[in-house]
This record gives sequence, C-alpha cells and structure tokens, in this order.
Amino acid sequence: MKISILNGRLLDPANRIDRDSDLHIADGLIAAVGEVPAAFRADRTLDARGHLVCPGLVDLCARMREPGAEHKATIASETRAAAASGITSLCCPPDTRPVIDTPAVAQLVAQTAERAGWARVFPAGALTKGLEGEQISEMAALKHAGCTVMSHADRPITNTQVLRRAMEYAATFGLTVFLRPEDRYLRDQGCVHEGAVSTRLGLPGIPEAAETVALARDLALAEQTGARVHFRGLSCGRAATMLAEARSRGVRASADVSAHQLFLTEEAVDGFDARCHLLPPLRTGEDLAALRAAVARGEIAAVCSDHQPHEEDAKLAPFPATEPGLSGLETLLPLLLRLVADGVLDLPTAVARLTLGPAKILGLPLGRLDVGRAADVCVFDPEARWLLTPSTLVSQGHNTPFLGWELKGRVSWTLLAGRIVYERDRP
Amino acid sequence: MSPGAIQLDDQGNLKHFLTIEGLRRDLLNEILDKTEGFLGVARQAVKKVPLCRGKTVANLFFETSTRTRTTFELAAKRLSADVLNLNIGASSTAKGETLLDTLRNLEAMHVDMFVVRHGDSGAAHFIAAHANPGVSVVNGGDGRHSHPTQGMLDMFTIRQHKGDFGALCVAIVGDVLHSRVARSQLLALNALGAGEVRIIAPRTLIPARAEEALGVRVFHDLREGVRGADVVIMLRLQRERMRGALLPSEHEYYRLFGLTEDRLATAKPDAIVMHPGPINRGVEMDSQVADGPRSVILEQVSNGIAVRMAVMSMCIGTQNLLSQGEAG
Repeated sequence: MKISILNGRLLDPANRIDRDSDLHIADGLIAAVGEVPAAFRADRTLDARGHLVCPGLVDLCARMREPGAEHKATIASETRAAAASGITSLCCPPDTRPVIDTPAVAQLVAQTAERAGWARVFPAGALTKGLEGEQISEMAALKHAGCTVMSHADRPITNTQVLRRAMEYAATFGLTVFLRPEDRYLRDQGCVHEGAVSTRLGLPGIPEAAETVALARDLALAEQTGARVHFRGLSCGRAATMLAEARSRGVRASADVSAHQLFLTEEAVDGFDARCHLLPPLRTGEDLAALRAAVARGEIAAVCSDHQPHEEDAKLAPFPATEPGLSGLETLLPLLLRLVADGVLDLPTAVARLTLGPAKILGLPLGRLDVGRAADVCVFDPEARWLLTPSTLVSQGHNTPFLGWELKGRVSWTLLAGRIVYERDRP
Repeated sequence: MSPGAIQLDDQGNLKHFLTIEGLRRDLLNEILDKTEGFLGVARQAVKKVPLCRGKTVANLFFETSTRTRTTFELAAKRLSADVLNLNIGASSTAKGETLLDTLRNLEAMHVDMFVVRHGDSGAAHFIAAHANPGVSVVNGGDGRHSHPTQGMLDMFTIRQHKGDFGALCVAIVGDVLHSRVARSQLLALNALGAGEVRIIAPRTLIPARAEEALGVRVFHDLREGVRGADVVIMLRLQRERMRGALLPSEHEYYRLFGLTEDRLATAKPDAIVMHPGPINRGVEMDSQVADGPRSVILEQVSNGIAVRMAVMSMCIGTQNLLSQGEAG
C-alpha cells in the first residue's frame, strides 16, 4: 500500500521541518518528504489542504484498564479512541490487575494492543513487585519482554532505601524510572488542593508540600544514583522550579504535565464536581501559569493525557468517595492547540511536546518523520471547531470536565505504520 | 457552580437546605422569623401544627447521632409529618449497596423529604442533585462541609440575646479545620452582616487560607481572641485529633484554649457562651462556664427544634407550590 499525503503543512520538530510539503508512504514506512520518488505510484492520496501533517502523537500516561477493570474500558476501546485523537503510541502504567511486574502480563498488554491494531502500547514495568514498594522487580526480564521504562504508577515508595536500590538496578539496564512525586503522609486522606476551595467546601486537602517534599527526595536520589528519572504529572509551580534547578546542575531528570493541569484550577471543584476529582489535584492559578511557562521553556518536555476512563458509577457518589481521574485522550491535541491560541506556545513547540519530547523520554525513535522509519502520522485540521459531547467521545470513559467545551483542531486521519487507522467522516 | 445554587427553585424559594452558602440575607432572616413563630408550638397543650400532614420524612443517618436526629424527628412530628428513621451505617452500605441505590429504594416508598447526615463532604449535594424533583433534601451534616440547621439555630440564639448582628463581635474557638458547624456559622454570620468574626485555635486546627476563604480574623491566643467579644462559640474537640499529631494532649489544649471564667474576663460583660454539644467538660470548657449564667447551651437545643421546623416547612411549602404549578 502506497499513500501520498498532499498539500499539507508538514511539521516535524525532530527534523526541524515546518513547511508546505507532501509526504509519501510505502509499505508502512516513510518513503519521501517533498518530491515524489521515482516510480512511486500512490494507491491512495489524502488531500491535506488546510491541514497539518505531523508525527503520530506519543502519550506518556494512558490507562486502558485492561487487564483487571474491563468494565471501565479495554485496550481495544481506548486505543481506538487514541487513533481518533491522532495518538499512535501510548505508555501504560503498570497498576493493572494483575500488576505489570512479570513478562507474562507485559506481553499480554502488548499483544492485546497489537491484535487490536489501533495504536502502539508500551507497558511500563512495575518498579517493585506488586507495586508494594518492598522488593524490586525482575527488571531485566521485563525489559526483555518489551518494557522500555519502569514505573511506580501513582503509588509512592515510602522506603527510601528500596527506591534508591530500584533506581540503581534500573540504571544498570538503562531503564528510565517513572515516578509521580507524592508524600503519602502529607497526602493523607486528601482529595483536592489544600487551599481556599478546600477550606470553603470542607474537603480534605493535599498540600503543595505533598509533591515538593517527595520531589526533593527523589531528585536527591536521582543525583546520588545517576539514574534517569522521569517525574509524571507535576501539579505545582514550585515543583517545576525545583526540577529546572536540578536539571541545570546536570541531574538526569525530566518531567511531564497532564494537559488538564494547564487549563483547570481548584475552582473547578466548586459545586463538588466529581469529574474534577483528580490526582494530583487541580491547584491554583499561579501553579497553572508556572506550569504553562515551564512547558513553553521546555523544562517540562512532554504533555500527556493521564487518561483514566471510568464507568459512570465511579463518579456517582459524594465527592471524596468517587474515583479520581478523567478521560483525556480526546482532548490532548485540542488543549495543546488552545495553548497556541492563548499565546503560550507556538505551533511547532506544541507539536514537539506531544511527539519528540515524550519520545525522547521513552527513549524510542518515535514522534518523528524520518525517511525509512515507520509511518506513524497525524493529520489534523487546526481550524476545525467542534463541541465535546458524550456522542463525540470514542473512549468508553465519558468522565471529562471538558464536556461542553468548544474545541479547535480536529484529527482527519491517523496512520499507524502506514495504515490508515482513523479517518474522519466528512459531511 | 456555587454549591448552594441547587437548593433554590426558579423563584428563589428554598427547595433543599444544604448549605448557607449563596443564601441571601432576607432568606436567612425569613428562616429566623419563622423559627420565632414555631417556638410557641412546644408550649401548646397539643404540640403539633398541620403544615406537613400527610408528608413522609426519612432521617437518613450514615453517621450516628442522637441529638441532631432526635431534634429533626421531633421537628417533623410537630409538623404532623410521618417520620422514618434509618441508621444506614449499620445496614445497606455494609451490604455494599451504593448511596444512589439506597436513595432510589426510599424514593420508591414515596418519601417527600430526606434529612441526610453523612461522613463525606458534599454528600447532601450529591443526594439533592440525584433525587426526584418532588423530593427535598435537608442537610443534617456532611463531612467537614456544612451543618446548616445548626448554623441557623446558633444565629437564632444570638439574635434572641443580642438583636442586630451589625454591631456584634463573634469569636469561634477550637477545631475549625474539621468543623462543619463552624463553616455554617461563619457563612451565616457573614451573610447576616456580623461586625467582626474571629476564629481562635492553634495553627494545626485552622484551615488553609482561612482569612480569605472564610472571611475571618485568626487568633492563636484565647484571651486576645475573645477580647471585647459579644458571643463566644466553643467547638467540640474530637479525641482522634490527638492521634493525627494535631494536638499534643487534651491537657495542653484545655490549658491554652479551654474556656474558663478567668479567660472569659476579656470578653464583654454580657457576652454569651455557646457550644453545639455534646460538651467535653474540662477539655473545651470548664463546668463553671458551661453551667454558668452566660451559657445559652440548653437554649440552643430547644431552638434547634424550632429552626428545623422552619426549614422543613419552607422546603415542603416550596414543593407544594411546585406541584400545584404542575397541576395547574
């Protein structure tokens, strides 16, 4: 199968390309950028006039709920939603049931995704057995089974010696460690940011220090061990500053932020809106501004969805009793484009935070349009306006506070290894 | 959306009573005026008025309570309603039934009003948001969020003794962080235009950004905090606060924040002392103060029944208007 994507604006931050150019694909690989190669006869041409053509997006954190919580969603249902959102690669945290702490579970996830065929799924291996924070996992075996990174999902490791050893052991095999910085004791029973809104609503708060204390500890261990550590989902401005300072001293640390943290604050919880029950919690306007600035400067090199689809019942309870998390795949690209509209980022930078940035953190040759590599491509109309409603959602999880938002920018085609996995119906 | 928005109908009448937040001063005054009227019912030979005759009120208590449940029950009975008492903590949820299922089952029994007490902040809002349109919800206390009938009965007691709120200085002492009572009192005092509102506690028991979020002045010294106060409200201290490293001991708490005649000396001579009950004598206050001439603690209890009658009759009245509107 040969496909030509014609008349689009090609945006490939990895190769510093931003110009009107055609893209030619043959046998799943990128055959040429620009001129048609000799003897190339396209079986299909896609007219990308008015569209942007960029590498398929890479999402560092998306839960698909399989295995273990298939009543919420499945790998097939969520990778299909990813394809509809221009996302071709997803990294899945290891807190499935069973936990991804053996090669068998890692392979199960990867193979189920392969069979579904909508997107690449990279299971993150559990840093400790059962994610219990006590015994380190068989990381070499997990790496062999396809885990490119090790993660402790959202569960803090309280034993610092275990964490230190886990970092050292992971570094032995060149594995990056994903951590979400949170001090268990400071978090306690908290379910929202500790601030004016938690005080007014009487909801148990999570202080900023729950993140900064853990981050300081983990940065010190990263420095001591020389391990490559990636911090998932920063929520406070101070954390972003600490990270930038450590990086400037040469600590091998990176970070991402969840897209919703760049748009919503603690105020969104008012009225006990359980869709905004998120961990880490939505914080203040100052935090939001600082996180946006850190993304713009590249200190935070990746923005991810932190996709957590739920069944309806999970959010039908009093606020503290609901399950945290939102369904985020389908708003990832539109929210980044809104940052462009808000003047926070230019378009190439926005695309880089969704492609090259996360790909580098994963250590994989994804998120780029190199000739000869697999053709994972996202083609979107940056001007298309649409309303996010339950009927436009492809994900099985309808738990998003962005329902009813008018979004700008919509995917028209997604290609995975040269195969069209999503094509939007046109009126 | 403000958490208070769902408790009013289109005309601004009280349909549910979930929080003081978002309620106008005239509505709060209406509640207080109605309470005045209901005070007399308890002194009649037949302690009943027929305002809620034929209506069914279900007390849904997910947390145990004696005083609040009893006063709600008496209030409903004096309004001639039928009352159903359900201690859910012990039954449905223990069997894994969700809150929504419990609610649907009771609705199927054609209950007109739920009085809800629940350990989670926001529970009463959740139930009100999911209840049938013909059902009213009265919050009997949700987590740390709100206990609006307690807040209003305290306002009523203050008004009885002090009249206008504008000139008053009110000091609230104790565990504001965990107190739904304090939150409701503070919202009501601010809505009624109290001159100055203070909270007094060690920093471990003061919630984040209290000044801005609650509209109060914060004190850490009891004598300073009650200086010149017209009203001193003591909050209940739960034993478990010692375990959470919030306080070192009851002894030290009493030594610093327990109310004694001596420490009350800086307050106005005619200051009144209040407590939502039940009192820990020798922890929050000295018996001399609790039983002394300035204590109005038992009046609070009597007023509690009348306030609850006022609120319940107003909500049922709104429902009657709404159903008449539909019928017409």
